[in-house]
Amino acid sequence: MFDTALTFNDLLFMLKGAGVTLSVTAFAVVGGTLLGVFFGVLRSQISPWAALPLTFVLDIFRSVPLLIQLILANAFQAIAGWGISPFVTSCIVLALYTSAYCTEIVRGAIEAVPSVTRRAARSLGMTWGQDLTQIVFPMALRVGLPSWIGLTLGVMKDSALVMWLGIIELLRASQILVTRLQEPMFILLVTGAIYFALSFPIARLGSRLEKRWQEND
Amino acid sequence: MGNYTFQWRQAFRAFPEMLEGALVTLQISILSMLIGVTIAVLLAVGRDAKSRWLRAPATAWVEVARNTPALFQIYMAHFGLGSFGIYLSPYAALLAGIAFNNAGYLCETFRGAMRAIPGTQLRAGRSLGMGQAKAFRLIILPQMFRISFLPTTNQMIWAILMTSLGVTVGLNSDLAGVTQDLNARSFRTFEFFALAAVIYYVIAKAVMLGARLLAARLFRY
Repeated sequence: MFDTALTFNDLLFMLKGAGVTLSVTAFAVVGGTLLGVFFGVLRSQISPWAALPLTFVLDIFRSVPLLIQLILANAFQAIAGWGISPFVTSCIVLALYTSAYCTEIVRGAIEAVPSVTRRAARSLGMTWGQDLTQIVFPMALRVGLPSWIGLTLGVMKDSALVMWLGIIELLRASQILVTRLQEPMFILLVTGAIYFALSFPIARLGSRLEKRWQEND
Repeated sequence: MGNYTFQWRQAFRAFPEMLEGALVTLQISILSMLIGVTIAVLLAVGRDAKSRWLRAPATAWVEVARNTPALFQIYMAHFGLGSFGIYLSPYAALLAGIAFNNAGYLCETFRGAMRAIPGTQLRAGRSLGMGQAKAFRLIILPQMFRISFLPTTNQMIWAILMTSLGVTVGLNSDLAGVTQDLNARSFRTFEFFALAAVIYYVIAKAVMLGARLLAARLFRY
């Protein structure tokens, strides 16, 4: 099994795929987080009834398989004649997918800030905006950051699905090599090791942050 | 909007076929959850065991399941095991992959739930004359399932969504697979997959609602 035909160039090919995985993830997480923070603040500020349409739409992204979302988006952009590349389509879909989860995290984190703290801020003469940026955000960040790290890692793992649209990311790159070299186990093990190396340290960091911040409460 | 004419009738005509696929999807996700919960309980016990030989494999399982993509795990079952002469059908590979994934995530859920149960309860059980296994089964397990019921429901939803990955290893009997087959015949991608998305949504919501009702029925005092 370890007598492999995998050359250094093949390994570079896989690492290039890992680079694509990371860049899709980066675009999706940045876009999704910006949207998610906006939606999350919106949802925690307006009444649940007024937020119902937004809640419903975001819930769709969490209740339909990502693969189906990608296929639908790609078919739709073809029908509409926009001519967007699969890469951009995947980034948009993943960003919306991320934003749906991020909204829940942000909303939960904001609601975890005691309302008396916020009222105290307002009665000290802070404006609504000051209260939000100086009081709520720093406190909510501690609650939300560990889950946000988890979400980022989740999106990185889910980004493997963009290969269905023909993008050569890490897993697709490994499939191409498997087809050529016929060594599925070894190549998949290398692929898994790369994913693990990307994900595990950050996951550890997340759980450590969570633990440390809980102790200080 | 280009010059595309939507053909919904074709999709609606295939509706019964897709519903049959939805049943397979449900079947896979329920089986994967049953296997996943069983293994997760064993893993949760193993991870907190005193023996290193129990702890190491359980930890490895959980970390691999949580730090690699579900699709990778399914590929491992479908293509990877071939190197050892084990050839799984797409159905079995998908089931194995999702069950592996479920077990890893549920193990952590269960461990968290177990930590919420006071240790004195187990000792109380022991001092009433129960053996370790009996006390675990009668005192810890029921409470653990109760505490972790909602996260477990979420994992069930995840399992349903993950079954759509079967199409990437060539499964053509579940909802995504049936839809892909229909799509390959007519190229009405948007119509068919839009209908599939609606079915997935309804299944996910129905399972969620069912779990809520079940929880209200089971866990009232």
